[in-house]
Amino acid sequence: MKYLCLVYLSAEKWNACPDSACAAYAGQLQDSGHMLDGTPLHPVHTATTVRVRNGQTSVTDGPFAETKEALAGFYLIDARDLNEAIQIASKIPPAKYGSIEVRPTRELVVDQAEMARYAAAL
Amino acid sequence: MPAQDIARIHAEIDALYRKESRRVLATLIRLLGDFERAEEALHDAFRAAVEKWPVEGVPQNPVAWMVSAGRFKSIDKQRRDSRFEHLEDRPDIGETLADQTTPVDEQELLEDDRLRLVFTCCHPALASDAQVALTLREVCGLTTEEIAAAFLTPAPTLAQRIVRAKNKIRDANIPYEVPSREELPARLESVLRVIYLVFNEGYLASSGETATRADLSAEAIRLGRLVLELLPEPEVRGLLALMLLHESRREARADESGELILLDEQDRSRWNREFIAEGSRLVREAVSSPRAGPYTIQAAIAAVHAEALTPADTDWREIVGLYDVLLALTPSPIVALNRAVAVSMRDGPEAGLAALNTLGAELDGYQLAHAARADFCRRLERHAEARIAYRRAIELTAQGPARRFLERRLAALPAS
Repeated sequence: MKYLCLVYLSAEKWNACPDSACAAYAGQLQDSGHMLDGTPLHPVHTATTVRVRNGQTSVTDGPFAETKEALAGFYLIDARDLNEAIQIASKIPPAKYGSIEVRPTRELVVDQAEMARYAAAL
Repeated sequence: MPAQDIARIHAEIDALYRKESRRVLATLIRLLGDFERAEEALHDAFRAAVEKWPVEGVPQNPVAWMVSAGRFKSIDKQRRDSRFEHLEDRPDIGETLADQTTPVDEQELLEDDRLRLVFTCCHPALASDAQVALTLREVCGLTTEEIAAAFLTPAPTLAQRIVRAKNKIRDANIPYEVPSREELPARLESVLRVIYLVFNEGYLASSGETATRADLSAEAIRLGRLVLELLPEPEVRGLLALMLLHESRREARADESGELILLDEQDRSRWNREFIAEGSRLVREAVSSPRAGPYTIQAAIAAVHAEALTPADTDWREIVGLYDVLLALTPSPIVALNRAVAVSMRDGPEAGLAALNTLGAELDGYQLAHAARADFCRRLERHAEARIAYRRAIELTAQGPARRFLERRLAALPAS
């Protein structure tokens, strides 16, 4: 069985957890064979919400804000830029019924020595 | 070099900065792929000019010189920084270096860069207020304070809005390009809105002692022409017409000391007939299209004013009719306010006041609503009410000439 573990953080604590700690844990999961994929995201103000209604794609700044809508799935895509990502997102079938939040991923910024310390403490 | 020659070159560099720094910036963003780096490079380039031009003389093509100098400085800085970083952490370096073969001094390319910058700043994935703020900041070079005043927003809030927008462009990888022909119509609307706001910033100037800032309005008109060339849509034509028709009155709307003159008190012989002719022609072309929208209708209203040889010749019936169309297209309290003013001209101040009274409290912070009320009350000789409304309008008006105009009107009211 596969599970999706979603990470939530408030704006104040966005950078509270060091990347090296995440990298250390990911490394351990890799070794134990549990890790399939994972990536940190840029802050929420980089989000773009895509909806398709009556065949028209609407693009708005910010995360999806409809509290009645709940996370129903995800696509991790590789696109040339945000325009291509929006185009791809607008063709995701449920975009007609709900919202697709497009978030850019980022790379972990890892300090090797720091990561080794975190790994040792796991 | 004699001191006065150095002073002359410094003045030339200052003028170049005011006139061309945004063009240089637009190209540097393309070449360097990053807003922040391009801004830094722009300032480095101007600093280099201050050092070198008094010695080496002013180059033949100063804009191209600035672009080259800015790019060189930035790449040099990156090279120095990269000694302390792993190259794989800076994937953009190879790209930037590869770009060095691109010719930088072609006027057409520079124009394209400005358009790229406009479309990027007006990208729909940015919040609409951020689009406007970013365009005014990056494309037009307005200060954060000027933009904040124009939008009745505290300057720190506005500065943060701009920073966030730039971060989103970088982090979400919003491309620096002119949209494809299929995407263009959808992307155009926000571009037009932003251009018109830029025009108004130049024409109405939200603060300061000068009623107009010709360079900004000219900038907006130039942008309008450029977009029209790219996409000959009726609304682009309508917007350009609207700006030209407003612009035609520039010389007549302030006296020698910069004091504001109202439309019906302007010397119409000073209106720019060339702009009126071009604006009216553009309106006629645009208005016949079924895709004509709010800009075209506003331009049609401006054309009715422009074509009246005296204030008494103004066809207010036509203007109220056009405002009805506009209100149906874009219901907004500000359009309704303008309609109320037109109604007062057609049917008298009492009718204008009645129309104004139907509008909600949304206009409470808008000086023109109070100025209109003051004017209706003054014409109705309801001096006490006029006095209150003038005072409220004055409170809300930062700009010198507009404010002094209201103060003169207030002072001219008979004592009660």
